[in-house]
Amino acid sequence: MNSSALTIMILAQGFFVFFAAYYLYKVLTIPPKPEPDTYSGNDDELERQND
Amino acid sequence: MANSTESWGSRLGLILAMAGNAVGLGNFLRFPVQAVENGGGAFIIPYLVCFFLMGIPLLFIEWSSGRYGGKFGNHSTPYILDSMVKGRILKYIGVFGIFTNLAIVAYYAYIESWTMAYVYHSLIGTFADMSQGEVAGFFNSYVDVAHSTTGIPYEAIVFFVLCLTLNTFILSKGLRGVEKVAKIGMPLLILFGIFLAIRGYTLGTSGASELFPNANAWDGLNFLWTPQYDSLLNPKVWLAAAGQIFFTLSVGLGTVHCYASYVKSKDDIALNAVTAGFMNGFVEVVIGSAIVIPIAAGYLGLDWVMNNAGFGMAFQTMPYLFQQWGPILAAVAGVMWFGLLFFSGITSSLAMGTPWLGFMKDEFGWSSTKGAWSFGGLALLLGLPTVFFFQQGVFDDYDYWAGTVSLVFFAFFEVILFSWIFGMKKGWREINAGADIKVPIIYKYIIKYVTPLLLGWVFFASLPSIIDKIMHRDTFNRSSFAEVFYAEKFDTGGTAIGTVDEVGDRSIRFSFENTRKKFDKDDNMALSEKFTDYREYTFKEGQNPIVAVGDRIRPGDAIAEGDFVNHVFYKNIGRAILVCLFLFITFLVYLAYNKRKKEGRVTL
Repeated sequence: MNSSALTIMILAQGFFVFFAAYYLYKVLTIPPKPEPDTYSGNDDELERQND
Repeated sequence: MANSTESWGSRLGLILAMAGNAVGLGNFLRFPVQAVENGGGAFIIPYLVCFFLMGIPLLFIEWSSGRYGGKFGNHSTPYILDSMVKGRILKYIGVFGIFTNLAIVAYYAYIESWTMAYVYHSLIGTFADMSQGEVAGFFNSYVDVAHSTTGIPYEAIVFFVLCLTLNTFILSKGLRGVEKVAKIGMPLLILFGIFLAIRGYTLGTSGASELFPNANAWDGLNFLWTPQYDSLLNPKVWLAAAGQIFFTLSVGLGTVHCYASYVKSKDDIALNAVTAGFMNGFVEVVIGSAIVIPIAAGYLGLDWVMNNAGFGMAFQTMPYLFQQWGPILAAVAGVMWFGLLFFSGITSSLAMGTPWLGFMKDEFGWSSTKGAWSFGGLALLLGLPTVFFFQQGVFDDYDYWAGTVSLVFFAFFEVILFSWIFGMKKGWREINAGADIKVPIIYKYIIKYVTPLLLGWVFFASLPSIIDKIMHRDTFNRSSFAEVFYAEKFDTGGTAIGTVDEVGDRSIRFSFENTRKKFDKDDNMALSEKFTDYREYTFKEGQNPIVAVGDRIRPGDAIAEGDFVNHVFYKNIGRAILVCLFLFITFLVYLAYNKRKKEGRVTL
């Protein structure tokens, strides 16, 4: 392979490998959000329905 | 309100299902071909620009719209859109989000069934000792429904029904079934892909033969990645990149909305959206670019690849190439390749089933089982014309109207709706609600101004070809029934003139001057060379050639007389079916609206 093709290939593939791994790592390590303590905290805000 | 209690079992399951929805056959077959044809390595520049300016914004829009609609118990686009804005009409725009899925799955499941059949044939060694031409011929006889390749009568239909039954069964298990398939299918797909990609990278010149002495896998990679920067000045290259990003992420379908509608209202969608987007990019750019092109170049040479690269390679060429690895490895590689395509297909076709299931459950209280079987039945009914009239072009016509036009149309509307009618203030709040990453503020302006403009450009640039398709300008035989048959274009440009070489009772053979690409290794660029090409027409009883040997024939000249039923006839039937499907879903949305009105839960 010529050097420009190799450079573009490594940069492009490295970019997607890095970010796919980085975001997947974040997804797997961020703890789930705690459930609200109150019933009202659990309710959705249905503003469109109440318009 | 039929508030569904169904939700995703885990966040990873949701992301794998979303990534599986996006990863399809195009990741392995469309992307490398687009790159080769549009600037090689330089193609990645418009690809990335479109990924950030159109792909990621559309993912944000669809994920947040879906989760927003889910808060109101809506799991399909008609009522997701309805919950976002005041107005009775917009729910009918949402019809596209169900229609497109049903129409696409009708032919997509057929391709999926080919992958199932090819796994079977790879295992039993059908392709062993076949020449390249015989492997290509095998595919043609497979899709010729009346012909059986295994002794199973109507084999293509048997596999199609099997494939739909499998989809239906999984869908009847609800979201958990879809999630389970994604959790098994996506890792396997990546594993199979990595195995084949390693083979692509290490093949080198070992596949060269007497017939193709210059075959070299590195030539393929070289050609794929060498940047031709002057191509960046060509708007067609940018349009191709925008199209690739659009289709690869499965946006404009309604499936992302549907999956996201099962996300809890306070859970993240921003990080999930970019993760699924980058996973799809990883499969496409890292794995997809390392299989078809280098392996084909490694055995058949780059000249062959440049002239034949396309969707057909998956079924007409790859099985032959795998045979060069010996019987055992050929079977393993065949199972991996077609298994990979099968998993990429089934994770997408399952996603296409969920909007219909969600709609019927929300509006008419249908169970998952009832919804799944009705989906399977509809897909079978809609898909049979593509099976029976595959060679008459019905399959391609479905793909064009449902898989291209409908997607772009819906995406254009939804982006306008989200950023200008729902409003970016509310939209931005929705994107950031519960977000586990900080979305750069610039996206507020990209979504409002840049993405609609880009999509508008894609949409309006496609209009001339849409009009040509409507008018059947891609053929000279534009009547359904005719007494005269006209010669079609000989070359892709339509400028070549054919010379009649042979005339039989029921056939005519033309020769014409065509051009093909040839790779110049010294200058590392593609050149054109002229060669004599041939085209043959065969006719049926009652159809008689009216040309003589030596006649010079232009495209559009009459070449035979008799009674003809042209492909246009079958395509028109396909189009009528699609229009009926759209009207049927529109009617269901109207019925649902009346039902909601009676029950006092109508939004306006």
